[in-house]
Amino acid sequence: MTSASTASSKTPSSKANLSRRSLLAGSVAAAGAFSFGFAIPFGSEAQAQGATPEINAWVVIHPDDKVVIRIVRSEMGQGTLTGLAQLVAEELNCDWTKVTTEYPTPGQSVARNRVWGNFSTGGSRGIRESNEYVRKGGAAARMMLIQAAANEWKVPAAECSAEKSVITHKASGRSLRYGQVAAAAAKIEAPKDVALKDPKDWTIAGKPLPRLDTVDKTNGKKIYGMDLKMPGMLNAAIKDCPVFGGKVKSFDAAAIKAMPGVRHVLPVGDSAVTVVAETWWQAKSALDALPIVWDEGEHAKVSSESIAAWLKEGLDAPVAVVGNQNGDVKAAIAAAAKTVEAVYSYPYQNHATMETMNATAVWTPDRCEVWTPTQNGEAALAATAEAAGLPIAKCEAYKIDLGGGFGRRGASQDWVRQVVAIAKQIPGTPVKLIWSREEDMTHGRYHPVTQCKMVGAFDKDNNLTGLHMRISGQSIVAGLFPQTIQNGRDPAVFQGLNAPGPEASIGYGVPNLLVDHAMRNPHVPPGFWRGVNLNQNTIYLESFMDELAHSVGKDPLEFRRGLMKNHPKHLAVLNAVAEKAGWGKPLPDGVFRGICQTMGFGSYVAAVAEVSVSPAGQLKIHRIVAATDPGHAVNPAQIERQVEGSFVYGLSASLYGEITIKDGRVEQENFDTYEVMRLEAMPAVETVIVPSGGFWGGVGEPTIAVAAPAVLNAIFAATGKRIRSLPLKNADLKKA
Amino acid sequence: MAKLNVNGKALDVQVAEDTPLLWVIREQIGLTGTKYGCGVAQCGACTVHIDGVATRSCSVPVSAVTAEQKIVTIEGLSPDGRHPVQQAWIKHDVPQCGFCQSGMIMATVALLQANPKATEADIASEITNICRCGTYARVKTAILDVVAGGTLGRG
Repeated sequence: MTSASTASSKTPSSKANLSRRSLLAGSVAAAGAFSFGFAIPFGSEAQAQGATPEINAWVVIHPDDKVVIRIVRSEMGQGTLTGLAQLVAEELNCDWTKVTTEYPTPGQSVARNRVWGNFSTGGSRGIRESNEYVRKGGAAARMMLIQAAANEWKVPAAECSAEKSVITHKASGRSLRYGQVAAAAAKIEAPKDVALKDPKDWTIAGKPLPRLDTVDKTNGKKIYGMDLKMPGMLNAAIKDCPVFGGKVKSFDAAAIKAMPGVRHVLPVGDSAVTVVAETWWQAKSALDALPIVWDEGEHAKVSSESIAAWLKEGLDAPVAVVGNQNGDVKAAIAAAAKTVEAVYSYPYQNHATMETMNATAVWTPDRCEVWTPTQNGEAALAATAEAAGLPIAKCEAYKIDLGGGFGRRGASQDWVRQVVAIAKQIPGTPVKLIWSREEDMTHGRYHPVTQCKMVGAFDKDNNLTGLHMRISGQSIVAGLFPQTIQNGRDPAVFQGLNAPGPEASIGYGVPNLLVDHAMRNPHVPPGFWRGVNLNQNTIYLESFMDELAHSVGKDPLEFRRGLMKNHPKHLAVLNAVAEKAGWGKPLPDGVFRGICQTMGFGSYVAAVAEVSVSPAGQLKIHRIVAATDPGHAVNPAQIERQVEGSFVYGLSASLYGEITIKDGRVEQENFDTYEVMRLEAMPAVETVIVPSGGFWGGVGEPTIAVAAPAVLNAIFAATGKRIRSLPLKNADLKKA
Repeated sequence: MAKLNVNGKALDVQVAEDTPLLWVIREQIGLTGTKYGCGVAQCGACTVHIDGVATRSCSVPVSAVTAEQKIVTIEGLSPDGRHPVQQAWIKHDVPQCGFCQSGMIMATVALLQANPKATEADIASEITNICRCGTYARVKTAILDVVAGGTLGRG
């Protein structure tokens, strides 16, 4: 291997200690007529200086009544920032118009014994997992503020109340603003017993409030990771071996070192090469011209066809791990008056976030700092420390709002390791790594491939007596956390098919049921992809439920209802969607309906699609009705947006999305070959929110799972064609 | 060396002439509201106006733009961020992650300046920008609201 540093780094090492202040960079450029200053909401600097009272870890109140609510889950478009702030503000009884938010850093969290809990933002857990402790944070702060006012008035706190950031002592008619007592409240001991409001009394939470972060997303002011600028910063482009698991054999740095702006040509680990230049465009142009010889390794012959053949073998393999079982399915099938059998498959998908992977880092022998859009600040910090070869206490990771996450920016943090590996080779110089779209498309952490063989058994009276679902294919957990896999079992594989319980449970009672998994892990790296395994499992089960219903001449809704007597929450959502859609009522000529339901990420969801298919095979989706029961609805307006967006993400995948493998590498490189849904294809979506209370479900992901099967079942109703292999673009819907 | 007129200001920029306008705007001029999404004119995140026409700046070499042509980026759309399309975006709370929205807004403004009475069908055929969060329904609603308000295209 050859490498060359074409210019030595002369940046003083003090640059390493980049603070928030040095990021207030009026930077660059032409003419000097522009001002490009920006601030990133890192930790509360003022608080660190002791000027602004922190009531507790969650709440800071300024003398002018401005309320700062601390959020550690990442905002990536899903609205968790606003929703979590609503929950804190609800209990705080503050003036919502005075609320702003900030992100504590993972390093601050470590230093404070993880006072803010888990940073991980995935699995639609942002609100459902943290609602209790963030509400308690808000409630405790309110109690302390009231106590501070009561102390000043020398009256019992119980005689005082707080509303919209004003504390009132009714008996004496006195009042104080939160900002006036914040300093005193900060010194009061935190209460031990904190009662939370009954959600029916909510006035801020539960309301369809506008997001807190909209305006800067309409005027270009919002700073994403890709937009960061620092004094003396260089820009890096990267190429990893196109075949997963391959390595760099050699590269010819001399061939490009004279190209404009090129400063360094460096190896990154043993599988990638980077060009570091003054601008990113110079880096990318030089990298494209760099001769690289790859050692493609043992997977250079793998193709989508070879993977499919391997998975197909698993459908009938004798060894499989049981995920859910009751009765004796083999006996039920053997004794059946009739059986129905089908095999389905689901392809690899790329997350294709609009903002490609990126991070900025600066490394010195005693400190490493990273700025990056991440779904998990703590994981980014851990990756930083590991790649930097420094203890966590000497590292920091600053989160920046994400230009899309969808699971890609959660578990792996691979781009963080890369940028630190680059920064470590140019000590003291800030370097920003941006992946090209081509790098992003070909080096994802892909929605895994699986196939599913299903057999349904009926008795002579057309009652469903048995159902066997054999899943064959890839395990995300085995790919990301192989050490947690025991006896070949990945429980996440069975999402949506689990036994009755609070998470991802199957909605049907079948007397003899077996769901099992034959794990087959190709070399393509898998990842959590918005909706995860609920997506394909729901396509399999809900399409097959439709097949079973039609095979015995029953209405698909009635057939499902017959199996859902002991699954009231699943059934209630299915009924809600059927009613809103007008299931069974006449439709315009040529328009047909499909229905489906599922449960996952803590929520119950169902959908009806209305579609037509032209004689030439052109699909048109006229209307979608989607119902969701998330238990408690924290912001109905944002839930509607998540449901609509879920149809875009889910239908993008099922209509067009397909990552294929040839010669061990991904064939698609950009949006011209990895097609996604655009506005033209967007159906009207009507959202029905039916929160039944008593639990906290997620809303960012579950609806994705019902997008495809509702449409696929409607296509069957329209054409008689059953689509069992996705994406739909590969199917011929022309009238036979 | 390129001479450009960006947001009403005449600029001299030192850059290789085959550099895409997008990267000149982001890296030499320092305006980062215009985004890189694909580099091949597929996604529209890089949309700017050149003489009022929505243009995917990732695929225009800077040498193809003259000093006389007026380039407008999201930052120059209005002095205070209160262009009717921006206001409609705020009113309908359109953005989710927001990364594609500069391009969406610039494409929309160009559409409505050319066709202030754009119909749903016009919107469907003209707004081809990619949004992975799936804001399309709100984008459509916001555009139709601007059309109904009649605040664009007069004179």
